[in-house]
Amino acid sequence: MNASHDTLDDLISQEYQHGFETAIEADAIPPGLSEETVRLISARKNEPEFLLQWRLEAYRRWLKMTPPSWASVHHPPIDYQDIVYYSAPKSQKDGPKSLDEVDPELLKTYEKLGIPLHERAILAGVAVDAVFDSVSVATTFKEKLAEVGIIFCSFSEAVQHHPEWIKQYLGTVVPVQDNFYAALNSAVFSDGSFVYIPPGVRCPMELSTYFRINAKNTGQFERTLIIADKGASVSYLEGCTAPMRDENQLHAAVVELVALEDANIKYSTVQNWYPGDKEGRGGIYNFVTKRGDCRGARAKISWTQVETGSAITWKYPSVILRGDDSVGEFYSVALTNHRQQADTGTKMIHIGKNTRSTIVSKGISAGFGHQAYRGLVRIARSARGARNHTQCDSLLLGDRCQAHTYPYIEVKNNSSTVEHEASTSRIGEDQLFFCRQRGLSAEDAVSMIVNGFCKEVFKELPMEFAVEAQKLLGVSLEGSVG
Amino acid sequence: MLQIKELTASVGDKEILKGINLNVNPGEIHAIMGPNGSGKSTLSNVLAGRENVTVTGGSLLWHDKNLLDMEIEERAREGIFLAFQYPVEIPGVGNVYLLKAALNAQRQHRGLPELDAMDFLALVKEKMKLMEMNESMLYRAVNEGFSGGEKKRNEILQMAVLEPELAILDETDSGLDIDALKIVSNGVNSLRSPTRSMILVTHYQRLLDYIKPDFVHVLAGGRIVRSGGPELAHELERDGYAWIAESGAYGVGL
Ligand SMILES: Nc1ncnc2c1ncn2[C@@H]1O[C@H](COP(=O)(O)OP(=O)(O)OP(=O)(O)O)[C@@H](O)[C@H]1O
Ligand SMILES: [Mg+2]
Repeated sequence: MNASHDTLDDLISQEYQHGFETAIEADAIPPGLSEETVRLISARKNEPEFLLQWRLEAYRRWLKMTPPSWASVHHPPIDYQDIVYYSAPKSQKDGPKSLDEVDPELLKTYEKLGIPLHERAILAGVAVDAVFDSVSVATTFKEKLAEVGIIFCSFSEAVQHHPEWIKQYLGTVVPVQDNFYAALNSAVFSDGSFVYIPPGVRCPMELSTYFRINAKNTGQFERTLIIADKGASVSYLEGCTAPMRDENQLHAAVVELVALEDANIKYSTVQNWYPGDKEGRGGIYNFVTKRGDCRGARAKISWTQVETGSAITWKYPSVILRGDDSVGEFYSVALTNHRQQADTGTKMIHIGKNTRSTIVSKGISAGFGHQAYRGLVRIARSARGARNHTQCDSLLLGDRCQAHTYPYIEVKNNSSTVEHEASTSRIGEDQLFFCRQRGLSAEDAVSMIVNGFCKEVFKELPMEFAVEAQKLLGVSLEGSVG
Repeated sequence: MLQIKELTASVGDKEILKGINLNVNPGEIHAIMGPNGSGKSTLSNVLAGRENVTVTGGSLLWHDKNLLDMEIEERAREGIFLAFQYPVEIPGVGNVYLLKAALNAQRQHRGLPELDAMDFLALVKEKMKLMEMNESMLYRAVNEGFSGGEKKRNEILQMAVLEPELAILDETDSGLDIDALKIVSNGVNSLRSPTRSMILVTHYQRLLDYIKPDFVHVLAGGRIVRSGGPELAHELERDGYAWIAESGAYGVGL
């Protein structure tokens, strides 16, 4: 047994590949958080009064809140006075310009990350909004999308040019007081993406945002709002990386999705924030609130996430199924290796009649990784004929990691069905032996078995992302098998 | 080409193989029979390099190379194939995907170019015909939901595609229906060649009616207690293993 133990061990330890830092002059405000900080951020962004007041309200509520303690994650208390709440590359001071004017250092950074921003170099069919620390530095294909009435821009730009949308929808899915981190985000959020798809329009390309934390001691608090009007549909991708640092950095984002009647939003994430080193030094605290609201009948919101990075992940992408016959989906692969911790899952809130939700969660734990699936399925009295199916599988590599499942099910009527299936398995020594006996290396065998385990989720990802995710899993697992 | 000398091996602190001696030359077929729990699968596993079996003594030579120094996958790439007594399931991994990855890993080791999807598919389909397998099996996850017999057939398909120099078939006949046994045996026979050797682990004469062995060995209590020609299998079929206990050999083993 020991020998295969070691093989697995060797397999799970490979260096983080996006850990480089970009040397670029930043325009940052001093660390610390006060009403003054909130006003300063709002002023830097030249925001209308209503938004400032909204932020201040959030800040005041946040002061009275405490961090959630129910999640099974552990970290020293965060000193919120020690964080820089706004940092932008100096060259980008005046906000995103045309691509030709983007600082070449930034273009190089994204190129190195495999996200070329020059439109001619881009994978055909993907529009990108690139967010660097606190600001969006470039958005591609904007004009082309505008031709069909789609608005795809940085959040700051939306505030300037489409304040009416912001006013109407901001905070309506995730209210400012929703939770500690959402309140903090509402007070100090810096940038993110905004999408509006007009009635009946099928977005002709994948939209994506690529988040990069670069500056030291900086928190990233992005805000994303996606609105799909009646009968509209869009597929949206999100990717993220950060340099390797010994200190922990906080990332507290909020994503709000609104799907009106017959609209369809597919939101995919490949989260690869710096996970910290083998001993658990450094890494991102990824405390994120993501929620979608199916406001109209037959609306559909689908979350797909591949979570391989971050020191700690605390994240429950959820769907409120308000419209009759609306559909919510959650497909997740979460991997924890070394000392990583993840407490993740979803909430499906059934309100409308005949609403349906599907949850497929695949957790992989290696090294000393620590993982919990936490899922809530709530079926209101009004949700007659609602259905949920949950499948929750854990795969353990080695015997020092952990996986836990916490399903919460509340059903308030008797015409609904809720099914929950769960399994935990260890990567079999026999599976590994079999694959190697056929000639595969131990690495390839493990990555094949793990990818097989995740298949149901990967098939939900857009093509290029699926390939990326498979590679990422292989890399994150290297040196793990133990 | 395979030389096993005074091989002893244990699982945990239980000694299972207690001094095995066996030579296999090119083109030979050796049948290994013996009571349940006598160490047949353990021997097969040791040859393939399974890590939960510890070799405690003796030597294993493969073409003058020390097998004991070689990793599992190295042995496979050097031409040693094991058809499992209990093939494992690998959910989500397509049968065809595993086969292609395996074949290309082996080809690469031998300095051959990788087969592309088209050539590979042509090759597999031809082998599947030989095994009278339904093509849809290619696209299912490895052994997942396969019947016992289908799993065994799948093992031999892998052997046919990988074309090993030494094939160890651990009770491939168990669980096969009468027709399937014929098909699998035909498949195995079609792979017989003057350079390819086989070790057939089996409990039944039936298989040996189809695949004629050159030698038959009886493994009992971790030792080879008798060796002979094909007639030995008939004798065992008729008399069983009671004689081992009488002769004392079995008792020593357990
Ligand atoms: N992992 C293990 N842990 C403990 N004992 C084991 C293990 N593997 C094998 N053994 C023991 O070793 C002995 C030999 O087992 P092996 O599987 O080699 O027998 P076999 O000859 O193949 O039997 P069968 O004809 O039933 O397949 C048995 O007593 C078995 O219980
Ligand atoms: Mg056996």
